[in-house]
Amino acid sequence: MKRLFVVLSLLVAASMLLAACGPSTPPFECKDALGCVDIAPGAPIRVAYAMVVEGPDASLGIDSKRGVEIAIDDKKELLGHSIELVGENTGCNAEGGQAAATKLAADKSIVAIVGTSCSSEARAGAPILSDAGLTLVSASNTAPDLTDPAKHVAGYARTAHNDKVQGAVAAEFAYASGVRKAATIHDGSLYADQLQQVFANRFKELGGEIVYQAAIAPTDTDMRPVLTEIAAAGPEMIYYPIFVAAGGFVTAQVREVSGLENVKTMGADGIFSPDFIKAAGENVKGMYLSSPDFSAFGAGYTDFLKKHETKYGEKPLSAFHAHAYDAASIIFAAIEKVAVKDADGTLHIGRQALRDAIFATKEFSGLTGKLTCSATGDCADPKIAVYEVVNPDPATWNPGAAADSNPKKVYP
Amino acid sequence: MTKSWLKRVSATDVVMWVVSLIIAGIVIYGSISSLQSGKYDGNTWKDLIVYGLTQGSIYALIALGYTLVYGILRMINFAHSEIYMSGPFASYFLASALLTSGFMDKQPWLSLILVALFAMFSSMVIAVSVERIAYRPLRKAPRLAPLITAIGASFFIQYVFKGLFGAGVKNYPELDVLKGQVNIFGLEMYRIHVIVLISAVGLMALLYTLVMKTKLGKAMRAVSEDKDSAALMGINVDQIISTTFAIGGVLAGAAGFLYAIMFRQVSWYMGFIPGLKAFTAAVLGGIGNIPGAMLGGLFLGLIESIGPTLFLAGLGIPAPNQLKDVIAFTLLVFILIFRPTGILGERLATKKA
Repeated sequence: MKRLFVVLSLLVAASMLLAACGPSTPPFECKDALGCVDIAPGAPIRVAYAMVVEGPDASLGIDSKRGVEIAIDDKKELLGHSIELVGENTGCNAEGGQAAATKLAADKSIVAIVGTSCSSEARAGAPILSDAGLTLVSASNTAPDLTDPAKHVAGYARTAHNDKVQGAVAAEFAYASGVRKAATIHDGSLYADQLQQVFANRFKELGGEIVYQAAIAPTDTDMRPVLTEIAAAGPEMIYYPIFVAAGGFVTAQVREVSGLENVKTMGADGIFSPDFIKAAGENVKGMYLSSPDFSAFGAGYTDFLKKHETKYGEKPLSAFHAHAYDAASIIFAAIEKVAVKDADGTLHIGRQALRDAIFATKEFSGLTGKLTCSATGDCADPKIAVYEVVNPDPATWNPGAAADSNPKKVYP
Repeated sequence: MTKSWLKRVSATDVVMWVVSLIIAGIVIYGSISSLQSGKYDGNTWKDLIVYGLTQGSIYALIALGYTLVYGILRMINFAHSEIYMSGPFASYFLASALLTSGFMDKQPWLSLILVALFAMFSSMVIAVSVERIAYRPLRKAPRLAPLITAIGASFFIQYVFKGLFGAGVKNYPELDVLKGQVNIFGLEMYRIHVIVLISAVGLMALLYTLVMKTKLGKAMRAVSEDKDSAALMGINVDQIISTTFAIGGVLAGAAGFLYAIMFRQVSWYMGFIPGLKAFTAAVLGGIGNIPGAMLGGLFLGLIESIGPTLFLAGLGIPAPNQLKDVIAFTLLVFILIFRPTGILGERLATKKA
């Protein structure tokens, strides 16, 4: 025990010594409260993603990651440095978010992070990254909790809409389409739980009735028992803002349950993806999905879609590619604002200064609109629409308002 | 007399009794109030039972694979969940080929049988290869070694499938012949559920006959009792073990096929949770015991399906369905406390390996 202590203290002393005699006479002194990232001339500026790029919910993260990649292509270089994208898979759950955040926080060369994908990941991962001095801008976290003044962590911002908006629009659409009794399903994730609650509250405000609020586990495959339970409550619509795997099972099985043969179904942006249509099968026809309103996006969006098609040979996989593009662009703009170049050409980026610059974003014209960040990190210019799936063939995926669009915009 | 009885009771026993009384109370009170609430009619209960039995028979078919292998080798084949996954996954490609060629529309039943056979065959090939590559070289090694290679094999198969065929879910074709309801003894049932139940029960009956009535079954039982003596009696032990794995693989492939036509999604990680549940079912029924695995599977499926509505909905607990695993595993723990060898008991030879 004693020997171990001696060895450890020697190690600590040695590392201190090494750290002390690193750069012999630093020409630049970092005065930033959170420290600086130093980028040697010719070295790339490293930006990381923390997204779900593997597993059943991968379409969400891959879609966002592509948005970041196109933003990097468009930017080409930043203050004479190339931009390098590194990253970790977050798995769309709290454990994965925590693991990815811990890994990213250990890499001191990372300047900022675009992520996370799922709100639960941010709940666990954002505090770790924030404490490490990093700033993360999420393209697809929508849970209201994350930017709630009481729970917001300092380094967290997002370009995705707050679900206070999405849930309300979904409820208004449901009520306007004549539904008076609705049931909801969530999977215990921060995103789904809060979104269905916003929906339920708004729907009740409008005069509707929430007849059942069910919960499942994201790994469940047999949804018939829970749907039977819901059927006993007699809803006209089931709202399940969950993810691809479980959402697919619910959609595929809903018509098999007696009493639900004609019930309307509605999901949210987490399953706004051809992958979901693939998983759900025939029953997906006629299902409503709320999502960012692509037709209300800025002029640059058509151009973005063209680049996406050339680069990846397909249409976007999910709903948040443009938000990811904007998140990356905000980070690049902030880096340009705060980076200092010293005599030998080394670039210094103060972490606190970068964070402040990101939060100070005002009237930034991005693909998704004019972005202005609030003090708690809500940067979105939220525009939500409701789409209807008109064709269960995933190859026809082409969201929009045109006659041949699938899914097709129906509200507002 | 009373005194000595009191002396033998320890504090742990008392706590166990109290806890089990509380649980029994919750179960009984919850059931009564659910049944009296009038929220659910007979049809709802019938549906829940059918769902439970269909899911349970799939668990049972997988559980048989665990139990057969345990009976003969005294080891848990943790790669069994991947053997189960590989069948429907491989047959997915045949099914979608048949669908795009139009053959499936012309000959739906024939193509279903073809796809099912292919699923069973693929699972069997994987099961036998896993045994040959990962377990046989370690037959004489300490018992923990094959356990670790089993976990290794499980990961290997998972990631090979993921690497070859992608991480996303694949949608199994939806067949018109499986849609719609049929009337059986006055009960309206979905055709697909009837097919799943009949196939599962048929396979289980076949297996039971095979093990109990045929020469091969006798050899399997002999190897399970004592490998060395069986070898002395002229039984080729390695071949019997391979056959056992093959049978387990066929059953797992069939289970996977039934799962795939019922839930219509296949993916590389689909084996993990059902494999875990089926292992639980095997332990619940008494590992190594063939009727036990069947019973355990059906019991687990039923409890998962009915439990939340029957026990918890009546207590006014919101969204009880997310607690279905809690219910199932709580009952498991209590059954194992009172019957540590499972419902039907572990059937092991007196002379253990």
